[in-house]
Amino acid sequence: MNEILFDIKNLSFSFDKKKVLNSLSLNITKADFLSIIGPNGGGKTTLVKCLIRIYKPPIGTILLNNIPLEKISQKELAKQISYVPQISENNFPFTAKEFLMLARYPHLSRFTSISANDKKAVTEAFDITNTNHLSDRHMNTLSGGEKQMIFIAAALAQGGDVIILDEPATFLDPKHEHDIYKILRKIHLQKKKTIVSVTHNINSAILYSDKIAILKNGEIDFYGNSDQVTKDGILEKTYDKKFTFIKHPSCNKSIIVPEVIQ
Amino acid sequence: MIKNKKVILVLFSLLALAVLALAPLIGMETISFNSILNPNLDNIKRDIFWRIRVPRVLIAFISGSALAISGMTFQSMFRNSLATPFTLGVSSGAAFGAALYVKVGILFSILGVAGQTVFAFLGALISIVIIYVLSKIKKGFSVGTMLLAGVAINFFFSSFILFIQFISDFTQSFSIMRWLMGGFEIVGYSDIYNILPFILVGSTIIIFLSTELNLLALGEDIAISRGVSLSKIKNILFFATSLMVSGVISVVGPIGFVGMMVPHISRLIIGADHRYLVFLNIIFGGAFLVLCDTLSRVLIAPVEIPVGVITALLGGPFFIWLLIKSSNNNQVI
Repeated sequence: MNEILFDIKNLSFSFDKKKVLNSLSLNITKADFLSIIGPNGGGKTTLVKCLIRIYKPPIGTILLNNIPLEKISQKELAKQISYVPQISENNFPFTAKEFLMLARYPHLSRFTSISANDKKAVTEAFDITNTNHLSDRHMNTLSGGEKQMIFIAAALAQGGDVIILDEPATFLDPKHEHDIYKILRKIHLQKKKTIVSVTHNINSAILYSDKIAILKNGEIDFYGNSDQVTKDGILEKTYDKKFTFIKHPSCNKSIIVPEVIQ
Repeated sequence: MIKNKKVILVLFSLLALAVLALAPLIGMETISFNSILNPNLDNIKRDIFWRIRVPRVLIAFISGSALAISGMTFQSMFRNSLATPFTLGVSSGAAFGAALYVKVGILFSILGVAGQTVFAFLGALISIVIIYVLSKIKKGFSVGTMLLAGVAINFFFSSFILFIQFISDFTQSFSIMRWLMGGFEIVGYSDIYNILPFILVGSTIIIFLSTELNLLALGEDIAISRGVSLSKIKNILFFATSLMVSGVISVVGPIGFVGMMVPHISRLIIGADHRYLVFLNIIFGGAFLVLCDTLSRVLIAPVEIPVGVITALLGGPFFIWLLIKSSNNNQVI
């Protein structure tokens, strides 16, 4: 049995009296690749934002390695967990390299300058993500796919063992989407990093992650191995829609094919 | 465009030094270097130079620096060039506090800090608390809404100031009005000593937090996920900004738009890395306000135009230019 990384118990969270998380409980295992799927408005983003304390839920507990999240300083948390937010059109007034250097913030102390360690982490992150050629480019000149790759590089440079991603490949073209998942698989397998990825793409969740959690109406409806999700009408119940599955020609997993509309 | 940021800083420092050296010589009475250095010549000119012009130029410089880095801090925290202490109503809060002090007329000081400065600080704090609470209760408050709130705060304090003027006698009312226009005519060395601690403390804090400001410029969620203790850092930044703004305003009046124009132009020149940006703002902001003040002395000499009028005449069109430039996108930084 693998060690538990996040132990989430009875988590509730509301926005303006609207309940987004409803007494949610979930364990996230160390070194797993977990995909969180579910209908829009189910609370996926809210849940991951609670994990890095962007939101501080008033009800329920989150333990990270058995320590309550609120007992860990923000900097200490950032040393362990990196976060890749949803792609936004925000202005990032830095070059890719400066952006990655900023990700070293949790390791810097106020009176020392950038160390050899920091530089090494940044170089490694560029190497792993094959983005060396982008390092001097300004963030605002990058394409959506390139920018997302730099965000993943920054998450690596930050140095934690856990990477949380919110819709890492939505809005990307098929090539960039594939590249992103390839890198995530690589990081997961070679570096033994825990990956938690919120996604709408059920096929990528089935193909690339070890575990899937379905979040609906602020509760966990399903948690299990990713190939189990196509069985027992689980998806049908979740999305209130009929699904057609086929076996992937190169692996044993069932995946979804789009419905034909007559 | 010069790429090396340190070279840019050195160049601007030299320019600022030149401005500092030349500005005290220019005015209604032109003073030559000779008459300052040679003790046997013209005592009056030397007096004008040392007792009037030098303190005036110095206070214009430190005021400009303080307003520029305060503006920079707000712009980075709100990720918008239009969000500055002046536009969000912090300045008018401070102005209200200072005007109230003029009316109440109790001369006092706390730990050596002049009463007017204390009142201005409290006024600035009121505005800051309003902005702070607004940004807290409504998560995802857009900057547009924030600016409208700033307009409301400005109106609110302006009417308070009008009310104070209304119930004041003629001399009080005139001195409040004159002070509201902003200017350096009646400052001396004591004013410098009075506000320097505020500005030193405030700017030191901001210089130390320049990496945090870099992260805040990426957006709050990213800043938190990188390990910034957001509320703590924002509180400290709000505090440092109110210190500086109220220190400056209590002495020289609510001089507007310096904190918007200088940081925005500085960003265009040196980029968004606050480790450099903050120093360019100190140098450029100081020199800019000294230049504006020099203009105010010579434009229609012997009459002096209040320097606040000059910065507002430059700043109004600049504000509108920024608005047009940013109309399709909420972020201007």
